[in-house]
Amino acid sequence: MTSLLTVKSLCVGFPGKRGVLPAVEDLDFHIAPGETLAIVGESGSGKSTAALSIPGLLSRSSRPVVSGSVRFEGQEMLNMPDRKLARMRGPDVGMIFQDPSTSLNPVFTIGRQICEPLRTHMGLDARAAEARAIELLELVKVSAPEQRLAQYPHNLSGGMRQRVMIAIALACSPRLLIADEPTTALDVTVQAQVLRLISGLQKSLGMAVLLITHDLGVVWETADRVIVMYAGRKVEEGPVRRILSQPSHPYTEGLLRAARKEGRDGFLTEIPGVVPPPHQRPPGCAFEPRCARAIAACRAAVPAIRSTGPGQVAACIRAEEGQPA
Amino acid sequence: MAFSIPPFLQFMFRRVLQIIPVVIAIAALNFLLLSLAPGDAADVISANNGGASAEEVQALRESLGLDRPMIVQFFSYMGGVLTLDLGQSYVRGMPVLDLVMSRVPATLLLMVTSLALAVLAGILLGILSSTRYGSLLDRVMSIISLLLYSTPHFWLALMMIVFFSVHLGLLPSGNIATIGGDFSFLGRVWDVFVHLILPAVTMAMFYIAVYMRLMRSSMLEVLDLDYITAARARGASEKKIAYSHAARNALLPVVTLAGVQIGHALGGSVLIETVFGWPGLGRLVYESLLERDTNTLMGILVVSSVLVIVVSLCIDLVCGLLDPRIVHK
Repeated sequence: MTSLLTVKSLCVGFPGKRGVLPAVEDLDFHIAPGETLAIVGESGSGKSTAALSIPGLLSRSSRPVVSGSVRFEGQEMLNMPDRKLARMRGPDVGMIFQDPSTSLNPVFTIGRQICEPLRTHMGLDARAAEARAIELLELVKVSAPEQRLAQYPHNLSGGMRQRVMIAIALACSPRLLIADEPTTALDVTVQAQVLRLISGLQKSLGMAVLLITHDLGVVWETADRVIVMYAGRKVEEGPVRRILSQPSHPYTEGLLRAARKEGRDGFLTEIPGVVPPPHQRPPGCAFEPRCARAIAACRAAVPAIRSTGPGQVAACIRAEEGQPA
Repeated sequence: MAFSIPPFLQFMFRRVLQIIPVVIAIAALNFLLLSLAPGDAADVISANNGGASAEEVQALRESLGLDRPMIVQFFSYMGGVLTLDLGQSYVRGMPVLDLVMSRVPATLLLMVTSLALAVLAGILLGILSSTRYGSLLDRVMSIISLLLYSTPHFWLALMMIVFFSVHLGLLPSGNIATIGGDFSFLGRVWDVFVHLILPAVTMAMFYIAVYMRLMRSSMLEVLDLDYITAARARGASEKKIAYSHAARNALLPVVTLAGVQIGHALGGSVLIETVFGWPGLGRLVYESLLERDTNTLMGILVVSSVLVIVVSLCIDLVCGLLDPRIVHK
């Protein structure tokens, strides 16, 4: 299978008072054309950082230290000059963000923001770009698209804004769409609409989607494969059906139990403890302090990734091949 | 409603209406403050004319209406203000309004030129500094702005004269035009321009430093926001992001501060105009203070408060144009 995006040993750190704090460590994955890969994890697991580092969009003021390799169709994107990278953002990699209320520029009209990539990358003149912008708004099912062009973000509802963000991301027909928690800031009813919209467009346009989420329900509905991240590392990866039915890693299992609300006496199930911050990660398995199945060997070294089933890998010394954790 | 007024016009109309009570309040406050000062115009006039007996001073007081109760004087003054009659200058023997208005153009020319220069230069330098955050250039500019910010106006003005007029002989040291100069229209414009350079640049220096610092920090804040990342994500160039996406948002606090500082600039112009002999309101303030010409002083305060309010109204309108959200608030 040819891969559209290949990420190898990606490490991202942020300089702090006590040296560089690792946010993402040694992350490997690939995405095939047209595939949907979901990355799930709690806040602070490094999933958004990993996603943002692909098109080089990490906040500059935090001076991120990135190493490893990110190849898009064989082309190395890390350390690519700004100018060249800017030409890939839009036509090759599109991006949708978590909060549509902050990701649209408040002082520019919707039309201007949709037309921007069309004019920069596709060389359309003002009139052609406007016509295409109206088509795009129709595509993402925004009502009265002609009128919307002259409106400002504050004239639109949250769901509408996210549709506009999707229209902007799709403007140059990217082959990979990175969606960083696209539904987190939206109402539940709107969430489903937006997800359905993304999946529908993905099928009709044949693009690959990298979906970042903490919502296992969203993963189940939309993704082909899933990566579970914990404390900056990948702990499990595999086909969605397999992972959600037979998780190998105790953390994935805990997440599933919490998501299914399998509690006793109507209480929610939780994983005891919290994700350790980057400067307090234990030398061994980062999940060990919270893990019910931990043994002494877990504290010795970071567990290696190994196969635990068809297409499934996990980073746990206690997981046996073909056996649920 | 059969027809609707566009929100922008409504916004303007509301702001214009707000001017009237503010001017009245300022005029009233000025009157009360100055009436608290000991002595009155009758004392000053008689002292200036070589002294007078108590009866003569009392007669003068009666003829000027200064013997009336304070409350009567107050309402008579306020009535004058409302009908654009600011009284007579006892010292100069002419209507205050004429005197003040004759000085307004020179002050406006100086203020508008120096503030425009300061806003423009401050914004550009601020953007430059923010896009090169932490670089040598950024640090050098920070130090220079700190120096400019902490240098007193009048000292800088004197040094400018010493350097550019005395040492280099490049620019005139004072006044608004060459005395006795006989020029064509363009020749006059050029002459005034040459005279304007030193006072305008001196006055702008301080504000350049202020606006540069503010624009820099405002830009740094905006450059970290989601919509800048989003603009980057759709392939906008770094130049476009800084000068279009971020600058437009970062401008708001700078423009707002510029509006607030119009009053400050008028105050600062007292020093600048005095040092450079610029025949504007600032120098008139200085002269009237020394002459204890209270009517003129009150007139200047009323007119300059109207000036400040009108300019800050213009600033509000600019903000409304810059940020569409403001109109609706």
